[in-house]
Amino acid sequence: MIDPAFLVGQVFNGLSVGSIYLLAALGLALSFGLMRVINMAHGEIVMFGGYVAYLTMHIVPGPLALPAAILAAFVSAGVLGAVLEALLVSRLAERPLDTLLATWGVSLIAQQAARDLFGATGVSVTAPSWLDGVINVGGVSLPYTRLFIILIAALALGGLGVFLKTTRLGLLVRAVNQDRPTASAMGVSVRRVDMLVFGLGAAVAGVAGVILALLGPVTPSVGQSYIVPAFLVVVMGGLGSITGTAIAAVAIGLVSALSQVFVDVSFAQVLMLLFVVVFLQFRPEGVVAVRSRALDS
Amino acid sequence: MASLSPKTLIAGLLFLLAAAAPFLLAPYELNLLGRFLALSLTAMGLVILWGEGGVLSLGQGVFFGLGGYAIAMHLKLASLSGGDTMPDFMVWTGLKALPGWWAPFANPVVAIAAIVLAPALVAAVFAWLMFRRRIGGVYFALITQALALAFSILLISQQAYTGGFNGLTDFKTLFGLRLSKPAMTHSLYWVTLALVAGALVGSRLLMASRFGKLLRATRDGANRVRFLGYDPAPYKIIAFTLAAVLAGLSGALFTLHAGVISPALVGVAPSIEMVIWVALGGRTSLAGAIAGALLVNFAKDKISTVLPTFWLYVLGALFIIAVTAAPKGLAGLVPELRAGSIRRLWPKTKGRA
Repeated sequence: MIDPAFLVGQVFNGLSVGSIYLLAALGLALSFGLMRVINMAHGEIVMFGGYVAYLTMHIVPGPLALPAAILAAFVSAGVLGAVLEALLVSRLAERPLDTLLATWGVSLIAQQAARDLFGATGVSVTAPSWLDGVINVGGVSLPYTRLFIILIAALALGGLGVFLKTTRLGLLVRAVNQDRPTASAMGVSVRRVDMLVFGLGAAVAGVAGVILALLGPVTPSVGQSYIVPAFLVVVMGGLGSITGTAIAAVAIGLVSALSQVFVDVSFAQVLMLLFVVVFLQFRPEGVVAVRSRALDS
Repeated sequence: MASLSPKTLIAGLLFLLAAAAPFLLAPYELNLLGRFLALSLTAMGLVILWGEGGVLSLGQGVFFGLGGYAIAMHLKLASLSGGDTMPDFMVWTGLKALPGWWAPFANPVVAIAAIVLAPALVAAVFAWLMFRRRIGGVYFALITQALALAFSILLISQQAYTGGFNGLTDFKTLFGLRLSKPAMTHSLYWVTLALVAGALVGSRLLMASRFGKLLRATRDGANRVRFLGYDPAPYKIIAFTLAAVLAGLSGALFTLHAGVISPALVGVAPSIEMVIWVALGGRTSLAGAIAGALLVNFAKDKISTVLPTFWLYVLGALFIIAVTAAPKGLAGLVPELRAGSIRRLWPKTKGRA
């Protein structure tokens, strides 16, 4: 018989893993919905965020180190994303498969650069003391770090939701998302919207990097270990839908954590893929399907 | 053959030159050439699948690995000395007896059949699941990448059955003959060359056929093909399966030449690397794919022995350049050079995905 407390613990783990997938996948999903491209170097932006956290926490000591790191990673990763979009991704518009390959090249270069700059073994960040400790709920101990991760993911999700639904810029983003040529004809600068969304997605990925730094050492390949599940989240979520992405992230996180009750980590990875493939058999458009009369969407 | 076109003539001369390579090259260089020619089979499969079919797979390493591990399992069992009943790594990991699914691979016919059938079966089922629900494009590429990741993680974790991270190596004999003998290395090379030439001619004929025409049509306008009364799915499934079989053969031959197969050769990164051979050679050109595979791999060998860390920068740059500056690859440069015009670099043209 499986210990119920252990099961609850795994559900909690699944939620926190899902939160990291969500932070990594939000940016991918946003720009995928807008431009139909996937940035294979997104994992390296996460890695970049981790190194920014490491550097910031060296400069800013004390309890403010973590908020400072999150802010620094958000801003610098956002700028990096916007530059990447302007220099490379925008030139490959309407060639999504080529974008995959070109950004994979960026990813290889970024990983090797990190290896040359910071070494292959990785650097460690000490989590601030106010994140030490656990809450005990009915025999299940929930570490503060994991709760903090879920909180950050919820904030990012809520923030993006508010941005898209209530601000003028968000309105423009939704307009381009819905119908690019029409939005462009109405005077929306689609190029700027693309760049903004790509940068915003990268900024969120940078925050994901800070979170990963709290969990373990930052290595040149740290982004790679989370990016493939994040890609699956985007595939399962449906065309760039924020809600779909959130549901898919939690579902994949839970499948991964709960399958580890029965099988080892490697089989859990296989089950995760199987879950997505089977899910797509029933809903090939993803969790949230965008209704459209267009033949080729 | 009433008249020989210059193209056929050049191809014939190159083939003769390649056939004479065992007498022209040092053993080490010959081994490299054999390995890289073996890899070019994977590249040709990608030309059919990606270039002609418009389906990008980032998981060809899976099929490459299935072929490679199939022959490696046979080689491991064939190399057992005297009283041993199972390979050394199984003894170290504490297995008591040879697993049942390993035993048939002692028979070389089973192993050779598995090289073709295992990738074909996995690919056909996977492709059927995907294409029947019209999953394609970026979605398909990302799922194949996850497949490559799951495959390599499984290989590493199931150490007792797969040799784990180190893979399978230390082979001694094939068909009762020592692998290290020059006669053996030469024959292996010629078998590889013959298969490459056969695959080249066969793929050309196939692409010139009705099947090739419909495959290209599904790439350029899947819905138009549907309106004309065809279902695009079977064409894509066949193309994917064919590419997988070529990758399986490629993996088996590579394993024979290199003397090793391991998860590091079949995971996410090597699977995408296979695509760059084709992107660089020209994605719709079979000859370009062979050239791309040879060129990238010889460059990798030369550069990474001198400057090990520098190679990844070069590879990264190749990915970026191959799709931005030269989307048609080397094969696209040939007619342009002939016309005496080099297109402006970094074009902003709209092209096909």
